[in-house]
Amino acid sequence: MTDSTRDSLTTDLRRLEEIVRSLEAEDTDLDRALQLFEEGVSRLRAARDRLAEAEARVQKVLEDAAGQLHVTDFEG
Amino acid sequence: MTGSLFDLPPEGQSPPSQPPSRPAALTITELVSTLRKSVEAATGPVWVKGEVTSFKAYGSGHWYFSLCDPQSAVRCVMWKTYTVKVGAVVADGTEVYALGTPTVWEERGELRMSVQVLLPTSGVGLAQLARERVKAALEKDGLLDPARKRSLPLFPVRIAVVTSADGAALRDIIIVTRRRWPSVRLLVVPAKVQGTEAPETLVRALALVNRLELVDLCIIGRGGGSKEDLSAFDEERVCRAVAALRIPSISAVGHETDISLTDLVADARAATPSAAVERALPDRADTLRHVQSLGSRLAHGLRRRTTLVSARLARSGDRIQVAMGRRLEEPRSQLDRYAGQLEALSPLKVLSRGYSVARLADGRVVRRKGDLPPGTAFDLTTTDGAIAAHAD
Repeated sequence: MTDSTRDSLTTDLRRLEEIVRSLEAEDTDLDRALQLFEEGVSRLRAARDRLAEAEARVQKVLEDAAGQLHVTDFEG
Repeated sequence: MTGSLFDLPPEGQSPPSQPPSRPAALTITELVSTLRKSVEAATGPVWVKGEVTSFKAYGSGHWYFSLCDPQSAVRCVMWKTYTVKVGAVVADGTEVYALGTPTVWEERGELRMSVQVLLPTSGVGLAQLARERVKAALEKDGLLDPARKRSLPLFPVRIAVVTSADGAALRDIIIVTRRRWPSVRLLVVPAKVQGTEAPETLVRALALVNRLELVDLCIIGRGGGSKEDLSAFDEERVCRAVAALRIPSISAVGHETDISLTDLVADARAATPSAAVERALPDRADTLRHVQSLGSRLAHGLRRRTTLVSARLARSGDRIQVAMGRRLEEPRSQLDRYAGQLEALSPLKVLSRGYSVARLADGRVVRRKGDLPPGTAFDLTTTDGAIAAHAD
């Protein structure tokens, strides 16, 4: 997961649940329902993609004498 | 029964069979006072070793407790003058050295030890004492208040881990992370987790976490060890550094049974470092199942919507047809009515009943006798045609 997609899984899932609830409610008109469905499908795809993302990355954070932070890959 | 027992003289003694004369009987005060003096003289101020039980600190600052070993116990009192030097209260079960003078509490005739100095017998005791002092200080500043605990993020993306770079804890954390939620990034901020330098490096690492951008959660901890090994996590400044974290924290120190003060300050506590990851990260397989169920509910939701709409459309179609039908019906029946009326009015209809019409050559209908003088020619119209006729 990249920083720009940070937290978006939470957003995607939350929105998906809203959409499903609206679709399951009686009072959505068809145009709106179709719109919601399309949005739902793209969020579903995004969530699946994010879940399929690769290996956990482990990095080490160190501070140098000047107080600068350095992030390097961690060799466990 | 008891009466007869009491009547028996104790073995080897023959008590006076008669009560003594009044001047020879001691008052209770005299008796207890005598006993107090002999008890105080027996040992004088003395060091004893024992375990504290039934500890009670009163608002007055005086402490009451028992010191005991497996066979015996003695009630103790420690006046405020002395308790202030101990500082924090003493937990039940603490093994201590106590300097005190045995005496008798005359009002009740009970044995008491008046304690002046109380020292935990071991490092454990000392650590426990220090820990209680720290806990009280943290509590006073509201850092243990459950209301200040933050909830953990649902799907953390970047997790800071403050622990030893080569400890078992970090290894476990990485393994469990890879198993549960592989798309997470762990940022290890190394610190010493035992020894004299541990508190300082932990505080520095925690401060460093606060400088990291976009981190969602901080796990601080270490694997199991002796109480001594875990003591850095009871240090006041370490606890305060945990409390000062900008992001939610999970403290995971040692094993199930170990509770350190950082556990009480952090937003969540986990029994072990592995458990901390389980607490921090949802299981990917579970989440995938959830996503799949949302997917099928989505499809089903739409199908349901479209079914509803087409059912509604069909109903509307029926209604239109019925409405249109009604609208066409009306003129038609009106037409039929008109047609009927027209037919009734038709002269042919009358002729069909056997009547005929006489018309003059100019087409005028003969209505009176005078219309048709003798010798006049006229046409007689019947239901199937006209007959030329002549009036006589």
